[in-house]
Amino acid sequence: MLQIRNLYASIDGKEILKGINLQLPSGEIHAIMGPNGSGKSTLSQVLAGNEAFEVTAGEVLYQGKNLLEMPADERARDGVFMAFQYPVEIPGVSCAQFLRSAVNAVRKHRGKDALDAMDFLALTKEKMKLFDLGPELMRRSLNVGFSGGEKKRNEGFQMAMLEPALAILDETDSGLDIDALKVVAQGVNTLRDPQRSFLVITHYQRLLDYIVPDRVHVLSEGRIVRSGGKELALKLEESGYAWITDQPHLESAS
Amino acid sequence: MKNDEQTIQRLAKQEYEWGFVTDIESDTVPPGLSEEVIRFISAKKEEPEWLLEWRLKAYRHWLTLEEPHWPKVQYPSIDYQAISYFSTPKQEKSPESLDDVDPKLLETYAKLGIPISEQKLLAGVVAVDAIFDSVSVATTFKTKLAEEGVIFLSFSEAVETYPELVRKYLGRIVPHTDNFFAALNSAVFTDGSFVYVPKGVRCPMELSTYFRINAAQTGQFERTLIVADEGAELSYLEGCTAPMRDENQLHAAVVELYAHEDAKIKYSTVQNWYPGDKDGVGGIYNFVTKRGLCAGDRAKISWTQVETGSAITWKYPSCILKGDDSIGEFYSVALTNNRQQADTGTKMIHLGRNTRSTIISKGISAGRGDQTYRGLVRVGKNAEAARNFTQCDSMLLGDRCGAHTIPVIESRNPSAKVEHEATTTRIGEDQLFYCNQRGISTEDAISMIVNGFCKEVFRELPMEFAVEAQKLLSVSLEGSVG
Repeated sequence: MLQIRNLYASIDGKEILKGINLQLPSGEIHAIMGPNGSGKSTLSQVLAGNEAFEVTAGEVLYQGKNLLEMPADERARDGVFMAFQYPVEIPGVSCAQFLRSAVNAVRKHRGKDALDAMDFLALTKEKMKLFDLGPELMRRSLNVGFSGGEKKRNEGFQMAMLEPALAILDETDSGLDIDALKVVAQGVNTLRDPQRSFLVITHYQRLLDYIVPDRVHVLSEGRIVRSGGKELALKLEESGYAWITDQPHLESAS
Repeated sequence: MKNDEQTIQRLAKQEYEWGFVTDIESDTVPPGLSEEVIRFISAKKEEPEWLLEWRLKAYRHWLTLEEPHWPKVQYPSIDYQAISYFSTPKQEKSPESLDDVDPKLLETYAKLGIPISEQKLLAGVVAVDAIFDSVSVATTFKTKLAEEGVIFLSFSEAVETYPELVRKYLGRIVPHTDNFFAALNSAVFTDGSFVYVPKGVRCPMELSTYFRINAAQTGQFERTLIVADEGAELSYLEGCTAPMRDENQLHAAVVELYAHEDAKIKYSTVQNWYPGDKDGVGGIYNFVTKRGLCAGDRAKISWTQVETGSAITWKYPSCILKGDDSIGEFYSVALTNNRQQADTGTKMIHLGRNTRSTIISKGISAGRGDQTYRGLVRVGKNAEAARNFTQCDSMLLGDRCGAHTIPVIESRNPSAKVEHEATTTRIGEDQLFYCNQRGISTEDAISMIVNGFCKEVFRELPMEFAVEAQKLLSVSLEGSVG
């Protein structure tokens, strides 16, 4: 699904990613963990196509295509979804309006007809249940006045509507209480599919109790310094990041 | 995106060039303004003596005035003696069918969703009356209005058919002494619209300049007078979303609305005159005086405007709330792109008790566009418990445009409540990235965000107009980012 090779990226001239290598096969969930400032969010922004970040070296293959050559909207239509750590507010644009534009842009790209208002509404009702959201949300301005939990659940709901092939969850657990966390995690789990891969970015192990990863990668100072199974997350929880970051870099982490 | 922008610029420019294809006809007076010219105009139109006198009085007053320079707009000075103030409709070389029309122009029409019959009209293939005669819309329309006693005529026809009615109201709300351009208009106006809705009648349909026979020649100095008698109601639509051909650079229209007791007038405008090219060359100067009087108790006047055209817009549709419990509203979207300038806003003059007014103004600046909201809320000493709410929002696209807000509040009654809210926002990179990340293109994202910004105004427009206005904003903004 996703192959990242020797990826370097910087923002405002400051180098953040310093040679990332990662393989994410179809149907798997990989977690990226790491201390603050290690480059976790930069990695997700670069994969989603945020032009504020400059890729200085390396390549990313997504379903065999050169992802870095595609603009952000094309990546999204092609099945790359990122749940934002800080979802953006758009006053005056309702959730329904926004989502319908998005869904139909993606459908058009996939050669499907645009959904009419009735079909769209029916689909939203079904998918909203997954994230415990009520229909009144659709009439509200996008993310305006939403609680932290509502914002994150809304991100999950959008993901369910857009049916991506690659879903990147950028610190979806931040700002969530345990109940909201469970709701989001359950929603995500229902979307698990052999044709869909997840990259779950998180600071804490907690989320991984509910979304169980196939592999865990530890990011430090712009490099993946350790990879392992889900037990790696538990070890991190016990020992803290110092346990890994104090060690010399492991050159062949994958 | 760049191509689209050029296309639109080219289209608009072409239309402007077409305007110079003129055959000199015997009925055209040479450029210049004098009492003789005014007498000539009045004679040509076979006007009654009182109207000629009215025009001359306006002209003599105009001579004492100076062109105002307080609006925050810049343009080379106008030579009023270089303008020709009367010409009969020109026999232009018209295309024979839509096949002869520039496909790019048709593309713009298609983007705006304009039906074929209207496309023919706009492109100059047929005249207004030809279309409506052929589908007999006009006939049905006229019959229906006549049944209700509604008068809806061109201004000239009204002067001929209902001279006393016209005389009673003309200049009552915008006197010839009001301002420089109103005085000029009063002296030389050539035509316009007249509406009278009798007591207790609710006009059965939207009155649109589209449907008025002879609406094709809106003219440079248009005069509109609308009277709603006691308890009458009407909704009037002016303008059109498609770029119209026009050869006159200076437009100085006057619109007067008169609402008697319990009457309601809703006046909606979509203005899309040629804005000039991207460097601001050419383009219409739109200097308009619009004012409504709520003369009777519980009268209501509502202005809604979508201003996307013209190189320079200078207009302040206003309400004088004289009757007790009368209501004034102003909903405005103004967009300035490239080198466009707009100085627009409203005046709400509260004279009666319990009068209420609402002002919602949305300004969008892109490119090197510059605009100013200028508003006056005045509460007179007898306007017990008057209330005003003003919301004035500006949106900036890019970093070379400008937005200015100049609200003035004068209250002479301590029981009045006046509220003013203002915001300035910018379409952020983060918003665009968020939309992109959901598969929405940048262009669609801008259009969606801008339309969301204007939602409170669009919902005041009649349904069909609202849809057209949304498309118009999107087309007007093409190429403004990226």
